Amino acid sequence: MPTSDWPHVMLHVVSGKGGTGKTTVAAALALALASGGRRVMLMEVEGRQGLAQLFDAPPLPYEERKLAVAPGGGEVWGLAVDPEEALLEYLELFYNLRRAGGALRRMGAVDFVTTISPGLRDVLLTGKAVELVRRKDKMHAKPYDAIVLDAPPTGRITRFLNVNTEIAGVAKVGPIRSQADGVMAVLRSPKTAVHLTTLLEEMPVQETADGVRELSDAALPVGGIVVNVTRPPRLDADQLALARSGDLPVDEIRRAVLAAGVGRDTDSVVAALAGEAADHAARVALEDTERLRIAELGRPVYELPFLASGIDLGALYELGSRLKAQGMA
Amino acid sequence: MTTLDLDGLIDDPATRIIVCCGSGGVGKTTTAAAIGLRAAERGRHVCVLTIDPARRLAQAMGLTELDNTPRPVVDIKASPGSLDAMMLDMKRTFDEVVESHSDPERAQAILNNPFYQALSSSFAGTQEYMAMEKLGQLRAQSDSEGTWDLIVVDTPPSRSALDFLDAPERLGTFLDGRFIRILLAPARGAGRGIGRIIGAGFGLFAGVLNKVLGAQLLSDLAAFVGAVDTMFGGFRERAEATYALLKDRGTAFIVVAAPERDALREASYFVERLEQDGMPFAGLILNRVQEVRAPELSAEQCLAAAERLEVAGDSPITVSLLRLHADRLRNAERQRRLATRFTAAHPGVPVTEVIALAEDVHDLDGLREIGGLLAGN
Ligand SMILES: Nc1ncnc2c1ncn2[C@@H]1O[C@H](COP(=O)(O)OP(=O)(O)OP(=O)(O)O)[C@@H](O)[C@H]1O
Ligand SMILES: Nc1ncnc2c1ncn2[C@@H]1O[C@H](COP(=O)(O)OP(=O)(O)OP(=O)(O)O)[C@@H](O)[C@H]1O
Ligand SMILES: [Mg+2]
Ligand SMILES: [Mg+2]
Repeated sequence: MPTSDWPHVMLHVVSGKGGTGKTTVAAALALALASGGRRVMLMEVEGRQGLAQLFDAPPLPYEERKLAVAPGGGEVWGLAVDPEEALLEYLELFYNLRRAGGALRRMGAVDFVTTISPGLRDVLLTGKAVELVRRKDKMHAKPYDAIVLDAPPTGRITRFLNVNTEIAGVAKVGPIRSQADGVMAVLRSPKTAVHLTTLLEEMPVQETADGVRELSDAALPVGGIVVNVTRPPRLDADQLALARSGDLPVDEIRRAVLAAGVGRDTDSVVAALAGEAADHAARVALEDTERLRIAELGRPVYELPFLASGIDLGALYELGSRLKAQGMA
Repeated sequence: MTTLDLDGLIDDPATRIIVCCGSGGVGKTTTAAAIGLRAAERGRHVCVLTIDPARRLAQAMGLTELDNTPRPVVDIKASPGSLDAMMLDMKRTFDEVVESHSDPERAQAILNNPFYQALSSSFAGTQEYMAMEKLGQLRAQSDSEGTWDLIVVDTPPSRSALDFLDAPERLGTFLDGRFIRILLAPARGAGRGIGRIIGAGFGLFAGVLNKVLGAQLLSDLAAFVGAVDTMFGGFRERAEATYALLKDRGTAFIVVAAPERDALREASYFVERLEQDGMPFAGLILNRVQEVRAPELSAEQCLAAAERLEVAGDSPITVSLLRLHADRLRNAERQRRLATRFTAAHPGVPVTEVIALAEDVHDLDGLREIGGLLAGN
């Protein structure tokens, strides 16, 4: 096993274009980080119960729950952060005001703060993630070895993580200001890494490139890039080149197809196979272009294959062990 | 399984709006653009409203002017039809609504307010809401000026296609919310401002907000709420009017899905919702379906033949081609099972399959090809 590329990272933030595998990769990464006896918190913030669905568990309450065991005795815990509850917790933590919660709720204020004011919602969510990073028990031990955050998509991630600097712009002094500064300090530190998931397609790769730039501009620590849902080419490089240029040895193929006795109309079989090969070669070429663009970003890259049987716990273990083998955990 | 008669739909002059919905990345933008182009080349006067198209596609459609208004797409054989296209600028659309509803001074105050800035650029749902707003504007323009007789609308990338229907209402609920009204009350009452809330017995509440948010934040918020007060009715009415437009018989919803479990599940939710709300639903586009060129050759047959050739040390390239074919067949079978599950659950829904092209769709020829596939050729 290679050692991890991220030995000092406590908070792994997983973002990426919508639907490219943020939740899947976050869960696989949590399993990988937990393997060998560690305890990892997997946190979701979009209020969609994606983790419960993924681990085939009942909806998660706003409560830390054990989700799965990892190879070698590790544990993955899960938390679905509910912004309303996080607000009440925040009030209690900073102002000893939990009792005011009921009144606030009746007023519609909780709803307001958490729904309409995305900035404040994000303050609460990032605050919760950082609280988990910093948490120590009575013995000063850290209850979790790492936190993995299934984060908002690339289009919103920089604003999400950076929200505390915006708050600093409006709240000049006071407890909220010092809280905001503290959260930012952790998010900008080497304890945090923001990983991006992508597919080998133009738009997700473009979003990844934009995301890397925006995160860097905001002084947020960019982590690795996870290329998800890859399919190994079925032809080798020489065969792909022949298929692309239309120079496949058609006579040889016809003879072999005849010899193997497949199909009735050999000519049409050969034409079909050659056509499929050309399509395949075009797709592989496209993917190679995207791979190149990803490599140019200069970040560590990890690849995960398409798993045709779908994503269940077994698949997550497999993806997790692949991430570990490539040094992501 | 019935198929979606796209040409019948776009040739029917009664069809005035086509909305392309679906979960993220399934091909909504491509489908909307392809339908728009095909309709224009069949003689309609079309406007396509796209949202975040891929860069190369945007260039090919001449969407380089970012002025939030439709521009003619050149290089098409549309005569007597025509094709205009635009890319939605969400923030600008919101700003324009503000500007058209208030005097310049008040508008500027709103535009500068930090709360407005957050709301107009990052509130989950603003993009959906502004897409609706823009659609309403385009439709009004086409009614008054006769510019277009068909508007094709793309929808924002979101996991759930339902967001497009629900976001405006969510925003409306907020604008109608009790909390807002409480904040508004003092603003209406002759300048007594935020202090009035405390006086009126909201001491605890305002105190908490003050502590949590800081006094500055709270007064920004009050200023925002006060300033947009006059516009709330406007916002809500506009959203309601557009929603009514979507229910109109001249509208057709097309749901796009990839032949994958999640996308089809989302499509199911959406179809059920459209039916439940009595929305005019035209059918499902199953996009990027694996094409198989020699379906009569079974996967097992090919794998066995490949094995025989390999053992004999014969023609490695044929071995690879046979295995590739088996792969594609298996993938196609998997997709077919998923699609069958959908049609079994929604037997009356017209479905059209569009194969996955080898290359991305990034120019007008690509759109034409997709248009042809959408029409079943
Ligand atoms: N390696 C893989 N092989 C096969 N299927 C995959 C793989 N990775 C993800 N998927 C599937 O792709 C779909 C999207 O994945 P996932 O939900 O993790 O993405 P996401 O980025 O979290 O999406 P969203 O933006 O909606 O939150 C899911 O159906 C998932 O099961
Ligand atoms: N039938 C097809 N064959 C090949 N490529 C396709 C096909 N349909 C769409 N694509 C490609 O898939 C990608 C995604 O398509 P598109 O942008 O239309 O999806 P979308 O649903 O609008 O995505 P988003 O939710 O991000 O807005 C594009 O690169 C497009 O060129
Ligand atoms: Mg997710
Ligand atoms: Mg799109």
